[in-house]
Amino acid sequence: MKGSTLIKVASQSILKNKMRTLLTMLGIVIGVGAVIVMVAIGQGAQSQIQNQIDNLGTNLIVITPGSSSSGGVSRGAQTYNRLTIKDADKIKRESLYANAVSPVVWTRTQVIGGNGNWRTSINGVSPDYIVIRNWPLKSGRFFDASEMRAMRRVVVLGHTVAEELFADSDPTGARIQIRNVPVEVIGVLEPKGQTPDGNDQDDVILAPYTSVQTRLSGWSRIFQIMASTPRPGDVPRAQEEIAAIMRESHNLAEWEENDFTVRNQNDLADAAQSTTEVMTLLLAAIASISLLVGGIGIMNIMLVSVTERTREIGIRMAIGARGRDVLTQFLVESIVMSVIGGMIGVALGFGSASIIGRATGWSTAISPETVAIALVFSASVGIFFGFYPARKAARLNPIDALRYE
Amino acid sequence: MANDVVMHTHGVCKVYNMGKTKVHALRGVDLTVRRGEMIAIIGASGSGKSTLMNIIGCLDYPTEGTYHLDGVQVENMTKNQLADIRNQKIGFVFQGFNLLARTSALENVELPLLYDRTGRKMKARTLAREALRRVGLSDRMDHEPSELSGGQQQRVAIARALVSSPAILLADEPTGNLDSKTSVEVLSLFQELNAQGITILIVTHERDIAACADRVIELRDGLVIRDEAVADRRNAAHELTTISVPEAAPPS
Repeated sequence: MKGSTLIKVASQSILKNKMRTLLTMLGIVIGVGAVIVMVAIGQGAQSQIQNQIDNLGTNLIVITPGSSSSGGVSRGAQTYNRLTIKDADKIKRESLYANAVSPVVWTRTQVIGGNGNWRTSINGVSPDYIVIRNWPLKSGRFFDASEMRAMRRVVVLGHTVAEELFADSDPTGARIQIRNVPVEVIGVLEPKGQTPDGNDQDDVILAPYTSVQTRLSGWSRIFQIMASTPRPGDVPRAQEEIAAIMRESHNLAEWEENDFTVRNQNDLADAAQSTTEVMTLLLAAIASISLLVGGIGIMNIMLVSVTERTREIGIRMAIGARGRDVLTQFLVESIVMSVIGGMIGVALGFGSASIIGRATGWSTAISPETVAIALVFSASVGIFFGFYPARKAARLNPIDALRYE
Repeated sequence: MANDVVMHTHGVCKVYNMGKTKVHALRGVDLTVRRGEMIAIIGASGSGKSTLMNIIGCLDYPTEGTYHLDGVQVENMTKNQLADIRNQKIGFVFQGFNLLARTSALENVELPLLYDRTGRKMKARTLAREALRRVGLSDRMDHEPSELSGGQQQRVAIARALVSSPAILLADEPTGNLDSKTSVEVLSLFQELNAQGITILIVTHERDIAACADRVIELRDGLVIRDEAVADRRNAAHELTTISVPEAAPPS
């Protein structure tokens, strides 16, 4: 039979049993719909995390003291294993790729001022920090290098801290007390939101690292050094360069391992990316199970249908249908059912995904690939689960089939 | 003369293996049907007439013997070839009509042409209309079987059998599910078609139906025991004009 005739014959018998067809398709509809929704949520989460990572700062490079995982015999001989201001200055001076470098120290303490008090993190940084983090000011100004050298008691508030202490009024120019040390608020940062692991980046006070070291923490060492490059493509080269500068600064011999780690944002992004990819895959896999169940539903109904229509098959064979014609007819029937079910499922998935997205505030994304894969998959389900019943029909003996009651 | 032969069987045997015992349904049947004949095959149940019908209808293979249909030797054909032979050379009419439910008369009649491999598919609709006109159902083309009387359903089935212009029309107890008046109507239609030159083979166990044919072949225990022309042939069309069916009692 010709393709058009086949589809016509299949549609006819599908339409003759509307209720049953509908229930059969429901399995596929739910299966495909679930896959679409799950993948949409997964991909939405992925793009959201990507956004947050971009928010952390562009082209960020973080230098931390050597991790304990690099421990070994050689480390015992090292005289120091820490980052110093000297390191940061040397990178700033010598690096060709990194244009902004800031040491970072921090401490957590109680601050009093405005309408109340708040426990937050005080980060000691250099003026380069807001360049590195790509962090604009909402009001006021950031401290400059001379204020830093003079260890001035000036701070810039993160958005959350500003709101907690001063509610809606602008804190610029106000005085607050950090562990009984009075400081002046000279600016407020724009809100930056959460990190991918849920920390509020705006719950912070930025101050010159010199001031934090001498007046608050009392520690001379710094916890990490942050740097950034103007162009994203330069990050790997900058990393190598910084590593070399650091080795020189730490007087490491050829055979000694790095006593520091240079990471970039991509490592973090890659990790987050692969986590969400796994999550998306997992969600899709779970949803696929319902598609599989839907497929088994199709097989079940097709088997019932073959038994029920044994006489029809007998008639068709008696008037000249070949086994292959019958096989194709039933196969096309199950494919038509599963593809139509798949299309309804895609529509339903679209709808549900946008409703879920609106209700929960999660971003959802549906790519054309997802739709294509879902449709191809549902057609394959139709072929796979329709084949056995169809073959059963095609192998019927016409004489027995005609006599079947 | 040889051109006149539509089908010819020689020494056809059929043995069914039922576990340990073998059942000889046919024990060597020689049968020749000429173009334009109307033949009735009669016999009690178990005489082998259904088996013979299946073999003639190319639904089954003979265990032994040869079978020529319309100049083609069919006993060694593959299943697909047999399907094509059934499609092109045989028109089936069954006792239970065997129409597709929820499918219009026209679509039912078209059905054999959908499986046609000789290019007549394009003309399916036209040929189906023509066949329905021949059986007098021009005004019922769009009705589904459930909307038709038994006699009309059987006429649709006859139209379906005719639509591919087969070499032979094979009717298996065509009046078995019909009342006596409708039976006569259907037999009258068969005689009319036969008069137009169509070769018809009716399998039945009723002698008065066989009397409508021009030749009767009787089977018993898998053998032809009688093969003779009908001396006093019934004229169904004539009976139809005189038949009186008692009026159904009006609902009270």
